Amino acid sequence: MNIYEKFLRLDRRYIFIFVAVGVVIPLIFPMGLAVSTSPPVENVYKEIQSLPPGTPIVLSVDYDPSTEPELSPMTVAILRQCFSRKLPVILMTLHPGGPGLALDISHKIAQEMGAKEGVDYVFLGYKAGLSAVILSFGQDLRISFPADYNNVPLDRYPMMKNIKSYNDIGLVVTISGSTFPEAWIAYAHERYGEKIAAGVTAVMAADYYPYLQTGQLIGMLGGLKGAAEYEKLSGRPDRGLKGMDAQTIIHLFIVLLIILGNIAYVFVLRAQRRGAPGPSGA
Amino acid sequence: MHISHDIWVWIAAALTLCIYSFLYKDNPFYKFAEHLLVGVSAGYLLVIDYYNNLLPNLITPVSKGMGVLLTTGQFTGSLAALVPGILGLIILTRMLPKVGWMSRWALGFYFGAYQGLIITGAMQANILAQVWGTFVKGGNPVFSVALFGDFFAHPGFGHIILAISGPLMIIGVICTLTYFFFSTEHKGIPGGVAKVGIVFLMIGFGASFGYTVMARVSLLIGRINFLLTDWLGLIR
Repeated sequence: MNIYEKFLRLDRRYIFIFVAVGVVIPLIFPMGLAVSTSPPVENVYKEIQSLPPGTPIVLSVDYDPSTEPELSPMTVAILRQCFSRKLPVILMTLHPGGPGLALDISHKIAQEMGAKEGVDYVFLGYKAGLSAVILSFGQDLRISFPADYNNVPLDRYPMMKNIKSYNDIGLVVTISGSTFPEAWIAYAHERYGEKIAAGVTAVMAADYYPYLQTGQLIGMLGGLKGAAEYEKLSGRPDRGLKGMDAQTIIHLFIVLLIILGNIAYVFVLRAQRRGAPGPSGA
Repeated sequence: MHISHDIWVWIAAALTLCIYSFLYKDNPFYKFAEHLLVGVSAGYLLVIDYYNNLLPNLITPVSKGMGVLLTTGQFTGSLAALVPGILGLIILTRMLPKVGWMSRWALGFYFGAYQGLIITGAMQANILAQVWGTFVKGGNPVFSVALFGDFFAHPGFGHIILAISGPLMIIGVICTLTYFFFSTEHKGIPGGVAKVGIVFLMIGFGASFGYTVMARVSLLIGRINFLLTDWLGLIR
């Protein structure tokens, strides 16, 4: 067996070891590789920066723990920016796996930024119904959420006094690992003209570029890279930027493997066509 | 190194390592962690749905309505929640072969109501707006001779990209849609156009695959970060 055939038959567990080392070493010994920002992420940042202080934002945490490593960093970064700009945040979730994550993040970041529940943010909790809930916000969000997650009527909170529907909300940011942003676009944007920004996993990001193209989304954060870009823009490095060194190393490793694999495949194919003994079953 | 003293961090770390042990080969530790995940997820979602949906939307209004009915003999609007409650129970008859046909009533109602709710939004957002956006962006046509004029006046990479991206997108959309048009045989001109559509599709799949690889690596980074930061305390 020549070297090319050996390479094509390489035990995948060696690749797993290299990937593990490629992730661990940059996390322990950061290299500080440069991260560039892209227009979709910049647009979200600029939109929130441009909102006058006191303009409410809806932050919908529509994901579960399976996508937490990608989406929580962007949720944290956006929440920090909102609190620093004194923008009241209406936290909610349309995903049943979301309440625990949203509660955890809101408490942690509120404590860090000195934000108070009821004054700077409220957490409405989870409500099933997706499109029905989104549509109800067009009339009065109290139709779906008469009380918050702690069962306190919304009217008892000072920040909710002048907030009734989309007319009183400056921006909706939906963080999701599935198709929730499509529902927000279809009902909140198309029906009521609300501005929508989305934070999505990298798997879903490719599917949402058409909505960026049409302007149905004002901006989008895609995956951990999107979170890293947002952290860079807001000047608060956290998990997103920390993971970029490892992300770069692994991507380069994967590109190298793909190139070497294709070169090996071409040589093996040539040898087979020349009639040389090739790998059995290949 | 500051190893965590939190039992839950240790449990999470142990379960993470159990799952990753599958990378070597399938083993009982992986199977245990996988089954635990399925069970805990089902239990957690059941409790969330009970307290956030069943209790406030069905049990509480029906019990209040029944209380008023039994004490005063008056029907209240909250008893209307019985209708969706009964429809939901009828769907469960699907599991009983003799009366499973009843579930079609409830499912038919659900599908009809849902289709009526989504069809306008989906049509507007996913079809009409997308067709419009293929040809117009920000109020300007994506195919503009003026952009080509800018390129020839000031040759540069940025200008050529601006000039050709619009026509390229229109060609890509038309060719890709032609590939999925099966009412005519893909021969001659339609065949050629469909082949160009395949090229665009492959480029799109490649971009999607690259994004997927990035997503999986990000999830790995997240878990390794947890092990090194929260569990072992190697990173601050």
